[in-house]
Amino acid sequence: MIPAAFDYARPATVAEAVGTLDGAAEDEAKVLAGGQSLLPLLRLRLAFPSLVVDVGRIPELRGVREDGDSLVIGALTTHHDVIRDPLVRRHAGLLAAATATVADPAVRHRGTLGGSLAHADPAGDLPAVALALDAELVAEGPGGRRTVPAREFFVDYLQSALRPDELLVEVRIPKKDGWGFHYEKFSRTAQAWAVVGVAALVRREDGHIAESRIGLTNMGSTPLRASATEAALAGAPVDAVARAAESAADGTQPSADPSASPEYRAHLARVLTRRAVLAALG
Amino acid sequence: MTDQITEPAGTGREVGRSRPRKEDARLVTGQTNWTDNISVTGLLYLAIVRSPMAHARIDRVDVSPALERPGVVAAFSGRDLAGGMGSLPCAWPVTEDIVLPDHPPIAVDEVRYAGDPVAVVVARDRYAAADALEAVEVDYTPLPPVLDLQAALAEGAPLVHADKGTNRCYDWPLATGESFDAVRERADVVLKRRYHQQRLIPNAMEPRAVVVTPLAASGEYTLYSATQIPHVLRIMLSMVTGVPEHKLRVVAPDVGGGFGSKLQVYGEEAIALAVARELGRPVKWTESRSEGFLATHHGRGVIQDIEVAATREGRLLGLKVDLLADMGAYLMLVTPGIPILGAFMYPAIYKMDAYEFNCTGVFTTRTPTDAYRGAGRPEATYAIERIMDELAAELGLDPVELRRRNWIRHEEFPYTSIAGLTYDSGDYEAATEKALALFGYDDLRSEQQKRNERGDTVRLGIGVSTYTEMCGLAPSRVLRDLRYAAGGWEAASIRMLPTGKVEVVTGTSPHGQGHVTCWSQIAADVLGVPFEDVEVVHGDTKAAPQGMDTYGSRSLVVGGAAVHHAARKVVEKARKVAAHLLEASEHDLEFTDGVFSVKGSPDARKTIQEIAFETFSSHDLPDGMEPTINAEHLVDPENFSYPHGTHLCAVEVDTETGRTLIRSYVCVDDVGRVVNPMIVEGQVHGGLAQGIAQALYEEAVYDDEGNLVSGTLADYLVPSAVDLPEFVTDRTETPATSNPLGAKGVGEAGTIASTPAVVGAIVDALRPLGVTDVRMPCTPQRVWEALRDARAQKGETS
Repeated sequence: MIPAAFDYARPATVAEAVGTLDGAAEDEAKVLAGGQSLLPLLRLRLAFPSLVVDVGRIPELRGVREDGDSLVIGALTTHHDVIRDPLVRRHAGLLAAATATVADPAVRHRGTLGGSLAHADPAGDLPAVALALDAELVAEGPGGRRTVPAREFFVDYLQSALRPDELLVEVRIPKKDGWGFHYEKFSRTAQAWAVVGVAALVRREDGHIAESRIGLTNMGSTPLRASATEAALAGAPVDAVARAAESAADGTQPSADPSASPEYRAHLARVLTRRAVLAALG
Repeated sequence: MTDQITEPAGTGREVGRSRPRKEDARLVTGQTNWTDNISVTGLLYLAIVRSPMAHARIDRVDVSPALERPGVVAAFSGRDLAGGMGSLPCAWPVTEDIVLPDHPPIAVDEVRYAGDPVAVVVARDRYAAADALEAVEVDYTPLPPVLDLQAALAEGAPLVHADKGTNRCYDWPLATGESFDAVRERADVVLKRRYHQQRLIPNAMEPRAVVVTPLAASGEYTLYSATQIPHVLRIMLSMVTGVPEHKLRVVAPDVGGGFGSKLQVYGEEAIALAVARELGRPVKWTESRSEGFLATHHGRGVIQDIEVAATREGRLLGLKVDLLADMGAYLMLVTPGIPILGAFMYPAIYKMDAYEFNCTGVFTTRTPTDAYRGAGRPEATYAIERIMDELAAELGLDPVELRRRNWIRHEEFPYTSIAGLTYDSGDYEAATEKALALFGYDDLRSEQQKRNERGDTVRLGIGVSTYTEMCGLAPSRVLRDLRYAAGGWEAASIRMLPTGKVEVVTGTSPHGQGHVTCWSQIAADVLGVPFEDVEVVHGDTKAAPQGMDTYGSRSLVVGGAAVHHAARKVVEKARKVAAHLLEASEHDLEFTDGVFSVKGSPDARKTIQEIAFETFSSHDLPDGMEPTINAEHLVDPENFSYPHGTHLCAVEVDTETGRTLIRSYVCVDDVGRVVNPMIVEGQVHGGLAQGIAQALYEEAVYDDEGNLVSGTLADYLVPSAVDLPEFVTDRTETPATSNPLGAKGVGEAGTIASTPAVVGAIVDALRPLGVTDVRMPCTPQRVWEALRDARAQKGETS
């Protein structure tokens, strides 16, 4: 459990960090934020970066602010801070609720929102939440900043749209005031990864479901949206939820591991989607 | 009498009291000599190259590229060290014709499990050692893995040890009472079930570690190891490496848990000793968690066929048990004996006329198995308690009632079980009545019925486990009869220091149990000295030279009893000195709370602590008396100890997701007299956690190639406090008759009892839906599949 040797850089600003990453070829540099995903990979020698760029002491990457209809959360904001932030709780309650289910208090004090998203683990809770929230991820590279919608950010298993010379700097989340929300996480032990998780956002109008956003954790190589269920729920009465949830696993390709087969995961996705949407409806 | 726990269990002030543990300040702060904390000048670090495959021929090992790496001092293949190390020992060849394969500490010609050591690298720091591992070149020719216990026994199956010509390690039969066939003839009901004891990976909080410091000039070695068995280890390592026993000191410093996994003589310990001898330099090896998953022995791994014959009224007539036990690739210290410890426990607390048992040990290309908390008894208890539930269901009886109709009644003790054990004391009725009341059994049954009638999605189930177990290992003659290589005695000595302080030297080797506190309580009571004035010396063959160490819930009932006896001897010696000094006859002396006084003249008094100084000065001792009141005592137990109890578990099972939630858990254990109730409760809690873990969470999963899939704590789920319910624990107290403390072992009871209570509860919840078993661990997926299969079967039959 000792990582292979690597060089270490600790830039003080985003510009300096980007400068350090610039020119680094793929797989050679890894960004270290809270270290809760990267360090285990290094210690198990599943990752062999030649350079680790520690962005942990860049103050401008921390904190939550409002920007019109969006919340802007610094990539380095810890899970603990996200959970307690009044702006997040008011405008993106789903994120606060889901983040509270991440691992354990020790991990939540070190781990960061940006790190969790950049890690792009489909079994992580927050990628599916970002997807359901239609978050936008802001990356800074040598050529400046660009914004990537969550739908395009998660490319494959542990693979994001970030380029090797880019740093994820902030996450922009459209405010979802008035939406009901719920994160239904199914894990075998409290500290284990989700076998399946369902992030649900629902907007009601005149006793009907106006629209919904449903993100699925661990149902494929990336976080997914339960699009068929979302479509079935649009404009539907509340009692249509059970039926709509039956299509929650459509188009998914869940993996197998000692805790769950693909078939069982698909079953769970249907049950948990029904429960998540009903809970979001209140 | 039962139910006396509100009163102190002993006559003194200390025994029976929940003393906070003396050892905890250093254990919980880590300010102690964990083996990995030990550092000496010039220390070198070992790292071990391990086989990446389950079974292969080693064609070539070249360590020379590793020598080129920075910081590397030496590197050795198995062949390089073969001359200095013999086979690792198996101390329990259970039958005369057992197959005993050679077990080199580092594989030489063939690797037989993923994780088998292949080479060792020695470097100036642990980072250099870890980095150099990849430089060692090993060529393998893959051989077929042997994974299925039944297929392994078939004609023409690939062999784990080709030179032995078979994968069958041994057959160990036992038959007592009438023949099972005869009672089956007259039985109204015969049930046969197969249960699977999955492999478990012990997870002591402290990984294994070893440090060896050589004294080249005198050929002496000190070996520090995170072990449960410093005394046994010294003898065995001396035999393996040829370092003479009197030149080898073994120290088990504070050790962070074992659960049986450190009841072992490990290859790494022999390797460290051999390398230190080879280089004349101190060395250290510390395993990582994932390395430990591969190379620390596993537990369980048994297929159980169990058959029960009974009358219509639910009276048991006989029991037949047939086991296939996974030895893994090699026989380690007590590997073959683990299922045999269970052989005597399948009849449990029940009376019957016939009992037949057979265990077949089978080699596989997996990590060797050996003792894991409970060691044979959890497996036995699981199978008998589960089939009792099935029998109750078959007969339409309440599972508690079925047990009541068969258990040994309290007035029948001492009772010799059909398996030949003499249970000295117990009161199953009392423990059960108390548990049922605490649990609210009848209310839960009626709630269950209502919910079943409503067809609730979330079902309620109730599990019952009325267990006993045999512990306090062990009477030496019984061990002889079981072909175990050593005895089961334990030693203690008491040193009365000149200032009146007391050192208790024990041969037990605590690794979390609280011996320092409990032994202090026992000695303080007998000697009448303050608890704070007692210190306990342990875990060092130089300081505590005699002992058989700690396992099998033996420490208190054997080692604690030795402390008690040794302290009594000290009092008797001190009495002679006191009589002399007080110019009185020994018979006229009273000894109370550490004070000798002359009957009728209360002013004529001497404390035992004053006598310690008088003995030290030796100015005025009785003529001819040796100038010491120190004493030692060795206890060879006359019997095992038989804790028992009733565990009740209520679960809520979500039939949609398959998830099980433990709603309540009540246990009433009878562990005899209690020295420290807080420590007993801690043992019960920890035991329950591990038993529940087997029921719901943990399993060593291998793929078809023999690779360990559940290779980290992310895949092998060890529950934490959040995952466990609030335990309601209580006790009854029928004193053991086989030791002066009246104590029974408690270290494993919770683990032994709880697994069937949990699984029984799950099956009970789902029985109305057609489920009669769920294989452990009862993961949500397995529960969901059991429900799906039951539905499919119902569809077929209707």
